[in-house]
Amino acid sequence: MHNVLTIAGRQFRSYFNGPIAYLVIGTVLLVLGFLFWETFFLFGKATLREMFRYASLINYFALPALTMGLIAEEKRTGTIELLITMPVTEGQVILGKYLGVLGLYAVMLLLTLPYAFSVSSLGNLDWGPVFSGYFGLLLQGGALLGIGLMMSSFTDNQLVAFFATLGVSIFFFLVDKFLPFMPSGVTNFFEAISFDSHFESLRRGVVAVRDVLYFVSVATITLMVAFRSLESRRWS
Amino acid sequence: MSDVMIEARDLSKLYGPVHALKDVSFEVRRGEVLGFLGPNGAGKTTTMKILTCFIAPSTGTAKVNGADIFEDPMAVRSAIGYLPESTPLYTEMLVLEYLEFVAKMRGYKGEDARKRIKKAVEQTSLGDVIAKEIRALSKGFRQRVGLAQALVHEPPVLILDEPMSGLDPNQASEIRDLIKQIGSERTVILSTHDLGEVQVTCDRVLIIAKGRLVADDTPEELRERAGKASYFVTLDGKGADAKKAREILGGIGGVSSIKQRDAEAKGELLFTIVPKDASDLRRDIFQTIVKNDLVMLGLERKSEGLDKVFRDLTTGDTAASAAATKTKRDQKIDEAREKKKARDEAKRKDDERAAEESSSDEDASDEKGEA
Repeated sequence: MHNVLTIAGRQFRSYFNGPIAYLVIGTVLLVLGFLFWETFFLFGKATLREMFRYASLINYFALPALTMGLIAEEKRTGTIELLITMPVTEGQVILGKYLGVLGLYAVMLLLTLPYAFSVSSLGNLDWGPVFSGYFGLLLQGGALLGIGLMMSSFTDNQLVAFFATLGVSIFFFLVDKFLPFMPSGVTNFFEAISFDSHFESLRRGVVAVRDVLYFVSVATITLMVAFRSLESRRWS
Repeated sequence: MSDVMIEARDLSKLYGPVHALKDVSFEVRRGEVLGFLGPNGAGKTTTMKILTCFIAPSTGTAKVNGADIFEDPMAVRSAIGYLPESTPLYTEMLVLEYLEFVAKMRGYKGEDARKRIKKAVEQTSLGDVIAKEIRALSKGFRQRVGLAQALVHEPPVLILDEPMSGLDPNQASEIRDLIKQIGSERTVILSTHDLGEVQVTCDRVLIIAKGRLVADDTPEELRERAGKASYFVTLDGKGADAKKAREILGGIGGVSSIKQRDAEAKGELLFTIVPKDASDLRRDIFQTIVKNDLVMLGLERKSEGLDKVFRDLTTGDTAASAAATKTKRDQKIDEAREKKKARDEAKRKDDERAAEESSSDEDASDEKGEA
């Protein structure tokens, strides 16, 4: 376990050694702030629901930028060889990398808290849905980061990893948007695998086991695939 | 514990249909510096990657420090300090930060980690750059950081993939001294395609070509294989007769043959003396010349060296085997060509037949017309 944390810590710090963390977090806060506050006063309600919706949308574009380099860059520069030939398992490497980027994402979420405090100072904010909303963002983001890490493990090109992650994530976002045009047999299935349908109830303040389980499953499966992909280099 | 630190048995690695490595077996003992020599793409790096458990061999296995690479890869990795080719490092980190990360990964904490880092930094003389970003370092310093990270856990085995490539002569000689110093206490495998390197640094040389082990010798044994040294003698041409000088030189014991080169160039006589065996003849040559009142301007002893052995061993039948192993793509192209040929042929025949038929039709109609 201490290896996992060492890798996670290095990964987390490496984001701040370069410009990536500042760029991504800065841009996200800027865009999120603009979208949220622009319409906030039109509704005139002390709620963060809209912010959570915008944040979940921004995640589709912002999080692939955080994950694209995780494995791909190490493969390109060859540092993966030094990392793996230390006494660690592939599983520890994947888990460490994931926790490192998840930590950065958590920091990003924390930095949106001032928005919540602002809203609560303007009106009577119900903190229940705020917590469930943040929990939902953490789950949705966690699943996206899993997809991103998986894609990053397939290639040594960051750009490929970025767009592959974006493509797959957008698919899971769009999959329930055209249900009326779908044959009736598949609508239930498409709804069940849609990111948005699971996020929606969390956004409204309902924490249901099935939604939590869904996002955790996506993260788990993608991490397992990433592990296999990293391990497969031994036999290729 | 046995004295054999690395034991590779029948290692083979297939990349698709290509044998990157074929039945390579060798042993390395404690305190040995083993040079891994071969042209690019011969399988040096593949072997090293197998020993460090980065990739698995297709068949065969290896033991490092008594641990099997399949059964206990963690023990193998713990026993090895590894410097991969081209020294991949986290360039955005500070040198100290990076070494701390490595120490942590190796399971050292606090005071213990600090002591180990300090020792590695001293060994590699990194003291001046410890607070610098790795990306700001020159190639030589990066190489030293790479060595330092391989030394932090004081491993019994060091595996260094081309530690000298891309360094200027001063840097190379510093790294060479360092490796020698390290090698006195540890087992070192280093790969290179530089022959001089091997002669200076290594106790033993493995030469690998096209995935096969072609030689396992000491540098001296290899040189003996290359043939004996020759002597190049330059005499003052003034007052000396070439024929007589040649006779005098031929009288030295242990000389097998003498050749005169570029007779009397610039008033000098140049001879090449080939000895019968490897013993040193320089004293005899000098004394004989002085005794016969000849004036010697130059005497040089040159062996053909490892260069020739290396070329002989590694290029043997490259051309022939290259022709034999056509790549898949080539085969496909060939097949496509054959097919096209056959198609063209068939088409030509069809055309001919069609032409014949039409002409016979014409004949028929002609006949009708006549009728």
